[in-house]
Amino acid sequence: MKQLINNHKPWLILLVLFMLVYPFIVGHSGYMVSIFVMICIYAISAMSLDLLIGYGGQISIGHAGFLSIGGYTVAILTSKLGLPFLLTLPLAGVVTGIIGLFIGLPAVRLSGHFLAVVTLGFGLSIPQIALNWDSLTGGYSGLSLMRPSFLSSDLQFFYVIVVMTVLITWLLHNILKSRMGRAFLAIRESEVAAQATGINVPFYKTVMFVISSFFTGLAGGLYGYWIGFVSPNDFTVVTSFLLLGMIVVGGLASIPGAVIGAIIFTVLPELTRSFVGVTNIIIGLAVVLIILFRPHGLISLFDAFKAKSKRKAGNDQDLLISEQEQGGTVKDVNI
Amino acid sequence: MLTFKDVTVKFAGVTAVKNLSFDVPEGKIFSIIGPNGAGKTTVFNCISRFYTPASGSIEMNGTDLLKLKSHQVIREGIARSFQNVELFANMTVLDNLLTGLHPNLKKNIFSIALNLPSVKRTEKESIKKAYEVMDLLSITDLAHEKVSNLPFGYQKMVDIGRAIIAEPKLILLDEPVAGMNPVETEKISQLILRLKQEMNYTVLLIEHDMSLVMKVSDYVTVMSFGEKIAEGLPKDIQKNPVVIEAYLGEVEDGAEII
Repeated sequence: MKQLINNHKPWLILLVLFMLVYPFIVGHSGYMVSIFVMICIYAISAMSLDLLIGYGGQISIGHAGFLSIGGYTVAILTSKLGLPFLLTLPLAGVVTGIIGLFIGLPAVRLSGHFLAVVTLGFGLSIPQIALNWDSLTGGYSGLSLMRPSFLSSDLQFFYVIVVMTVLITWLLHNILKSRMGRAFLAIRESEVAAQATGINVPFYKTVMFVISSFFTGLAGGLYGYWIGFVSPNDFTVVTSFLLLGMIVVGGLASIPGAVIGAIIFTVLPELTRSFVGVTNIIIGLAVVLIILFRPHGLISLFDAFKAKSKRKAGNDQDLLISEQEQGGTVKDVNI
Repeated sequence: MLTFKDVTVKFAGVTAVKNLSFDVPEGKIFSIIGPNGAGKTTVFNCISRFYTPASGSIEMNGTDLLKLKSHQVIREGIARSFQNVELFANMTVLDNLLTGLHPNLKKNIFSIALNLPSVKRTEKESIKKAYEVMDLLSITDLAHEKVSNLPFGYQKMVDIGRAIIAEPKLILLDEPVAGMNPVETEKISQLILRLKQEMNYTVLLIEHDMSLVMKVSDYVTVMSFGEKIAEGLPKDIQKNPVVIEAYLGEVEDGAEII
């Protein structure tokens, strides 16, 4: 039992297999597939945001702005310039990454509340820009775009999204467990000590923003292609708060935590859809309860379980906190 | 090795360090002592480039440190520990040490993101190295503990470990035994001596604990109110009336520090 829990590989393979056969399990239900796709898009965004907030300790409450930019980038490039899918999707990441760079530059000087306000302003302004820059964005009526012919069916594009999600998760995992990920954590923990150990703090803060916005932009691009239409109302500041909720509820500084958060925050609104007006109450309640009782997020339930099974196995050295989770509590981030 | 020349540091009217000059010889343990507020930690913060002196020069083997930014200092072979332990509290001991290796590891984001074999290899090597350092400090069994869960004495060890893992030439230790009991103090003083004798590190030490200073130092500089008031061998410093006055206020015949 203990081995099964501690060994992640079989679980991961199982998960990927599940993702691959999912459309068949739900009998090609367009609705179910669509929910799954939204989970993937939010999971990518939440993981990217987690890199910034959970690992790097840099607050961003305008992250939906990057999703919008990603979506609009693919829409504009396909509908206005007729660029092919294989070019537009990476460009969605690159363009968003460049904008992330510009948001990241002030982050070097700002922290805490001030950075929160700057990113909030960004998140608020993007839908407004999309609304008012008629000639480029189509204004209120938005832009529609066509998927390339070789990916025209939803099933085909579903697999594109699954592959991209798995790939991005893997890339983020590699970055976060590398020297770069440690540098991010170090900056979160103590900028002074980070600087003294040779970490170029301003540089890495900017890099965090670029990486985070790059992947969020990709998620936005995937969204644009999936829906086939982008509008200013797709990702408002409410989405930004939802993303923030996902990573806090799932567990900060944990990739599985971000994914769990994305699942909950995508599925909950669907489950409560029939009770009009209840959705937000339930989401709010969930956030409050989890912060009260599980400040390390839902992912800490697994760790507690792991610790228990470890103890049962008679292996009770002073185990304190799992090695997996890098210990970002809600309190660590001061907004 | 490390040369201070007429360094003056001012904070809004307060002169924290005044015309300080000294030279840390290679392979020696050089201590700076002095009453609280004498400007010792300010000296360290100048070397780490958190502060910029108003005048004077600081050179490391001929390189002008004042031209560097704080994250570049380690490249000149200078690592430090902190007075109040500036560890990465929510990271494990192992990760804290690995972060100390930051300047030595690969930077290319693409090879990192793709986890190429070269990255895997350097990561493996650095983990091996981290275990060597932990062995040296005899904290190997704590490798996967979160640092914030450790007692203060062990945190100090990790702080020192993080400084030595990058194999600097000069190690700055800011009050390594502050708040430690005699047994822990003894352990640290053994460690400092080993750093010099077995690993040929040069150590610049700030310390209040006179027993430690007298035991390990090759050379002692005494600061008071930002100025150097004496320097010399430990046994001479112990008897120096100026030093005794700075510490105790007035001189009695035959008085001696410790």
